[in-house]
Amino acid sequence: MRLELDDDQRALQASVRALCAEHFPLERTRTWTDRDSFDRRAWRTLAELGTFVMTRSADEGGAELATVDAGLVYQVLGAELVPGPLVAAALASDLIDEVGTGQLLATVVERPADGQPAVLRHLGLVDVVLVLDAAGIWRVEPADVDARPVTSPLDPTTPVWLATRLPQGERVGDAALAARWRQRGDVLTSALLAGIAVKVIEVAVAYAAQREQFGRVIGGFQAVKHLLADGFARAEVARAAVDAAAVTIDEPGGGPDGTAAARAVAGARVVAARAAVANSKTAIQVHGGMGFTWEATPHLYLKRAWLEENVFTTPDEAAELVARTLTAGEAA
Amino acid sequence: MRLRDSESDSRFRKEVRAWLAGAVSDLGPAPADVDDWAARRAYDRRWQSRLQDAGFAGIDWPRAYGGRGATPTEHLIFLEESAAAGAPDLGVFFVSQLHAGPTLIAEGTERQRAFHLPKILAGESVWCQGFSEPGAGSDLAGLRTRAVRDGDEYVITGSKIWTSFAFVADYCELLVRTDPAAPRHRGISWLIMPMDAPGIDVRPLRTIEGESEFAEMYLDEVRVPAENLVGAENDGWRVAMVTFSFERGTAFVRELLDAMSLARGLAAIARRVPRGTATAWDDPGIRRDIGTVAAELDALWALTKRNVSRAEGDGTDGGGPVPVAGGSAFKLSYAEALHHLGEVTMRVLDRYAISLDDLAGAVDLPLGRHLQGQLHAFAISIAAGTSQIQRNILAERVLGLPKER
Ligand SMILES: Cc1cc2nc3c(=O)[nH]c(=O)nc-3n(C[C@H](O)[C@H](O)[C@H](O)COP(=O)(O)OP(=O)(O)OC[C@H]3O[C@@H](n4cnc5c(N)ncnc54)[C@H](O)[C@@H]3O)c2cc1C
Repeated sequence: MRLELDDDQRALQASVRALCAEHFPLERTRTWTDRDSFDRRAWRTLAELGTFVMTRSADEGGAELATVDAGLVYQVLGAELVPGPLVAAALASDLIDEVGTGQLLATVVERPADGQPAVLRHLGLVDVVLVLDAAGIWRVEPADVDARPVTSPLDPTTPVWLATRLPQGERVGDAALAARWRQRGDVLTSALLAGIAVKVIEVAVAYAAQREQFGRVIGGFQAVKHLLADGFARAEVARAAVDAAAVTIDEPGGGPDGTAAARAVAGARVVAARAAVANSKTAIQVHGGMGFTWEATPHLYLKRAWLEENVFTTPDEAAELVARTLTAGEAA
Repeated sequence: MRLRDSESDSRFRKEVRAWLAGAVSDLGPAPADVDDWAARRAYDRRWQSRLQDAGFAGIDWPRAYGGRGATPTEHLIFLEESAAAGAPDLGVFFVSQLHAGPTLIAEGTERQRAFHLPKILAGESVWCQGFSEPGAGSDLAGLRTRAVRDGDEYVITGSKIWTSFAFVADYCELLVRTDPAAPRHRGISWLIMPMDAPGIDVRPLRTIEGESEFAEMYLDEVRVPAENLVGAENDGWRVAMVTFSFERGTAFVRELLDAMSLARGLAAIARRVPRGTATAWDDPGIRRDIGTVAAELDALWALTKRNVSRAEGDGTDGGGPVPVAGGSAFKLSYAEALHHLGEVTMRVLDRYAISLDDLAGAVDLPLGRHLQGQLHAFAISIAAGTSQIQRNILAERVLGLPKER
């Protein structure tokens, strides 16, 4: 057993962080709200680092890393609020090489039950739509999707479309691959959330350490310190849970059918979603009136967290799944 | 990163599991009356001698001092397997094994080690911790119990409070003020006080769980040999910090594993507690609450593994301490999770949340264990540095925010 980052993993995170600082600084990416503003060159640069194909074999252009390494990288991408269909890219590159290299963008969506609208993220940006359902994975052309954009998306840098119906499309993957995508997508999304939870507390601590009121920095007030300490603890717990889940799915019995893996993945979502949302709220509160402005950054973390927490699963669904694993083996 | 055992860890796990299965099978149940200290001591002693015979006593202590020198990971495996087998925890030996022994190993004289360590390993001596006072809890450095040097003895007068195991203890790790004129942290000493010395008056305090787990201790001119000083005179604050450092590592692992088993038990209870024409389990809100708290506990198990990995050091003869960030984050989050588990327990049991004993025959649910657990959450958020103190520690030492004073 070893559940701590090694030097290689820290270096990997540092290199992604450096790339983000150069190509995805928040003061620029926060304006990438649509196809015209989204910087595809920056996206290509991120892809060229191998970000989306880390876990693929060397033959396939990958780095043969473990899911947990991908999770560590996605924690950085979450922390840096990198826009774009990040998780979809890591999944779709299994089937479409050009997604792995960043030449094409893809979005992944679960086919909704009959009569319910589908929520498609990034539809206006992408070249491929991949639809998951019980039978497998289906490729659909974005132009064939009859959808309308949400005019005021909750997260300004995650454009969202609503489609009343998704075309059937061409089947490109079987049900087993779809199940693996859901599992990996779930973990990588939780990694984004854990990254938000960590980073937004750093942002708030930095502000609290310099903003002065009553003749002293507000970070010296215990009411503020305790909010931040709680946030730090939540982030530490979430990070550990996400890493453990990522490790679990790579180990024997870790496939989508395994109870231990299902529980670890679902549990990670429960704690990572709460940490990301609660910590972002803490950051807004600690920023005072500044935190309520559009110009300040804390609301961007909260809104991204709100959006990501429901992708591939929801905290409620995940909690329910964990509960069911507690009584596994008992008669229903 | 990996979660599965290495080959040698897996061999160790098998060895431990096989031994536990046999050792636990004929041990018999723990004494039902938790206030029957003699029976508790005898029971815990019986287990400790089995541990010693099998080479598991002082599992994480260095081999040079009679321990097994297990790595932090092996220690974790041992605790995990012990919980799964339903083996006893440290019981009355909590302070001797977790505080006194390791502190003597780090700071004691050869004579103190030679005398005390074998007794502790054999389960022959029980220790208690005399740190807190009526006027010095979170602000421990404000302690006032005086020790005045008289020839080759210290004469001690004052009072201690919240002393767990005081009734059954043979020795007390006692913090005393030896220099009232010095700055607060520099006039404190760490002494070994034999509990049979004249002048010690131990009075029971009843806890919210209805038991006499801890006590008040009045000290009236108690004479203790000067050679019982651990560390230098007036260097006791530093020694006390060494003592605390052992508390942050694996001290709560068994607790956590037991809480995880409570969460599983709660799910089973929810399936049997009636709710209208169905059961509590049929309420999706209840299921989500149980699932959420189970996820929190699972996450703390992951954090425990992370902390143990951090403490692993070079993997020989024990490891290093858990860094403060992980230790305090764990303690704080664990206290929160236990309180959450308590709240969910109350919601599941609702009208049946009525008794700290099981009501076999009437309400066929393990009420006692679950409601005791709910009260026990306060022990975790108060003892060993309250949750507020943990937040101060994280904010100041980890996040670098200004100190209180
Ligand atoms: C089950 C149990 C077993 C124990 N066993 C032992 C034992 O064996 N030996 C021993 O020596 N002690 C023992 N203790 C004592 C324990 O260490 C103290 O209770 C603890 O340190 C708190 O001190 P206090 O009770 O004086 O509370 P106080 O320090 O008076 O605290 C009261 C409240 O004020 C808050 N507070 C205090 N200072 C601050 C601050 N700076 N910032 C913010 N909030 C603050 C606290 O968080 C708490 O909520 C035990 C306690 C319990 C509950």
